[in-house]
Amino acid sequence: MDSAKRPNGLFRNKSAKIASIPMILTALVVFFGGTAWTVFYSFTGSRLLPKVKFVGFDQYERLWSSHRWMISIENLAIYGICSLVLTMVLGFTLAALLDRKIRFENTFRTIILYPFALSFVVTGLAWQWILNPDFGVQAVVRAWGWESFSFDPMNNPDIVIYGILIAGMWQGTGLVMVIMLAGLRGIDEDIWKATRVDGIGLVKTYVQVIVPMMRPVFVTALVIISSGIIKLYDLVVAQTNGGPGISSEVPAKYVIDYMFKAQNLGQGFAASTMMMVSVVIILVPWAYLEFGGKKRD
Amino acid sequence: MTDTSPLSAGTAAMTGPRGAKPKTRLSRRNIFLYGTLLLISVYYLLPLYVMVVTSLKGMPEIRMGNIFSPPVEVTFQPWVKAWSEACTGINCDGLSRGFGNSVRILIPSVALSITIASINGYALANWRFKGSEVFFTILIIGAFIPYQTMLYPIVILLREIGLMGSVWGLVLVHTVFGMPILTLLFRNYFTSMPEELFKAARVDGAGFWGIYFRIMLPMSLPIFVVAMILQVTGIWNDFLFGVIYTKPATYPMTVQLNNIVNSVQGVKEYNVNMAATLLTSLVPLVIYFVSGKLFVRGIAAGAVKG
Repeated sequence: MDSAKRPNGLFRNKSAKIASIPMILTALVVFFGGTAWTVFYSFTGSRLLPKVKFVGFDQYERLWSSHRWMISIENLAIYGICSLVLTMVLGFTLAALLDRKIRFENTFRTIILYPFALSFVVTGLAWQWILNPDFGVQAVVRAWGWESFSFDPMNNPDIVIYGILIAGMWQGTGLVMVIMLAGLRGIDEDIWKATRVDGIGLVKTYVQVIVPMMRPVFVTALVIISSGIIKLYDLVVAQTNGGPGISSEVPAKYVIDYMFKAQNLGQGFAASTMMMVSVVIILVPWAYLEFGGKKRD
Repeated sequence: MTDTSPLSAGTAAMTGPRGAKPKTRLSRRNIFLYGTLLLISVYYLLPLYVMVVTSLKGMPEIRMGNIFSPPVEVTFQPWVKAWSEACTGINCDGLSRGFGNSVRILIPSVALSITIASINGYALANWRFKGSEVFFTILIIGAFIPYQTMLYPIVILLREIGLMGSVWGLVLVHTVFGMPILTLLFRNYFTSMPEELFKAARVDGAGFWGIYFRIMLPMSLPIFVVAMILQVTGIWNDFLFGVIYTKPATYPMTVQLNNIVNSVQGVKEYNVNMAATLLTSLVPLVIYFVSGKLFVRGIAAGAVKG
């Protein structure tokens, strides 16, 4: 891998170093520097402009006593847990169905994956229309004769987050399915033959043999879905804009509204730091499991 | 059907291990399998269908009928209006403006981000230097950190270099945030290339750029296509960066779409809204249906090691 080793330190490999300047700047200035800057200023009382006037943990106290933040967290928890479980189960089931050596596999895959090519804004607007209480699904079912049918996530604060969940699932399940399908294709044909010889049923084979074998694939899918969940923003803005009232607010929207609309930078920084902390809490155990073990070998 | 299926299932089980072709097309298993898949396909296709039929109806028909019924009278007026007349704030020149902006953002962003990332990947694969892996690790960790923690520092940086609110500022942002995944993609691809190739070129006296342009670039066309698909759909679909780093005159299509549909003034014209929504999704949809397997490969490549 290394080119010939000549002992003249800094100037060895000069072109490679010059070519990597954009990457180094991005890593150090934007990713590392930017994050550190935000964490630092989250301890200040910055409002319209960033100012170094320390207020300790005041911003965090205000954040956690804010009704809107608590609703945001609650919504993200509901959305996160439901979409994690449902996309994993559905994604795997769909992949397993497609893996049964069926005809038109490509057609089915194309249909299930196409929403993933669409933006969250488009997804949100499409489902906003389908779930419209006056013209959408509710109105259609009522017109069919089921007069008391009621499903109006766009108007009902109690279930609005599930309306967003339906849209999010529609957009994202295809991705998980493709990842799972790649994992299933990587399983040795002999395993299938062995289970058939042993007379183990299909469902049992999947649950007890295939799923444990696909652990790394599941972990990858888990990491991808969860890092996507925490970024949930565009979909909410397009579909409900946080409404009705503040019943479908999410943390990412809280951050952006406080930074760029309410001109309360300190609050925005504190909220975004909390988001980062929660990602770190998810990421560190995963990174440890994935890479920590290998290094010791 | 129910009479024959236990029998056919039995024969299938008997012939299965011997590898004979199963002739039972309508077994219970197949009905279940294709039935489920068809049902799911309907769920996935329904929103697209509803968008298309709504965009082809007139407003009176929408108010009367149900959203699933096909248009009685097909009209293309909503599409024309969405493209050239729909209003956002004081501008009433439709989505064509956002489309133009998105194209002007897309082309330099894709070109710049792929150029830089491919060179990064090449340097990381073949020209490692002290600390290169550290920077790469920071880059990959950065991909998982929520964008929200970097949004404001970038505002300051862009203001410092005078690009805040301009198309080029947004191009830089897309280049920066596309870098982790693309660098990973190219690094893995270049690492998988035979090392002898690189060594032979070194022996022949080719340097960093010589090897990149004459050997690596011509051999890595497929990965460039994958990277392009990834970036074109990603950048076209972006909303967050567009809304923060540009101003109304340079808003990309997604932001303008959201402003048109969710504007509070005026009567809601659902047909125009759906036509506008479809117009905004045309570019990624075309890419998706044309690229097919490569699209899948792109997201799988991004996913497997992301």
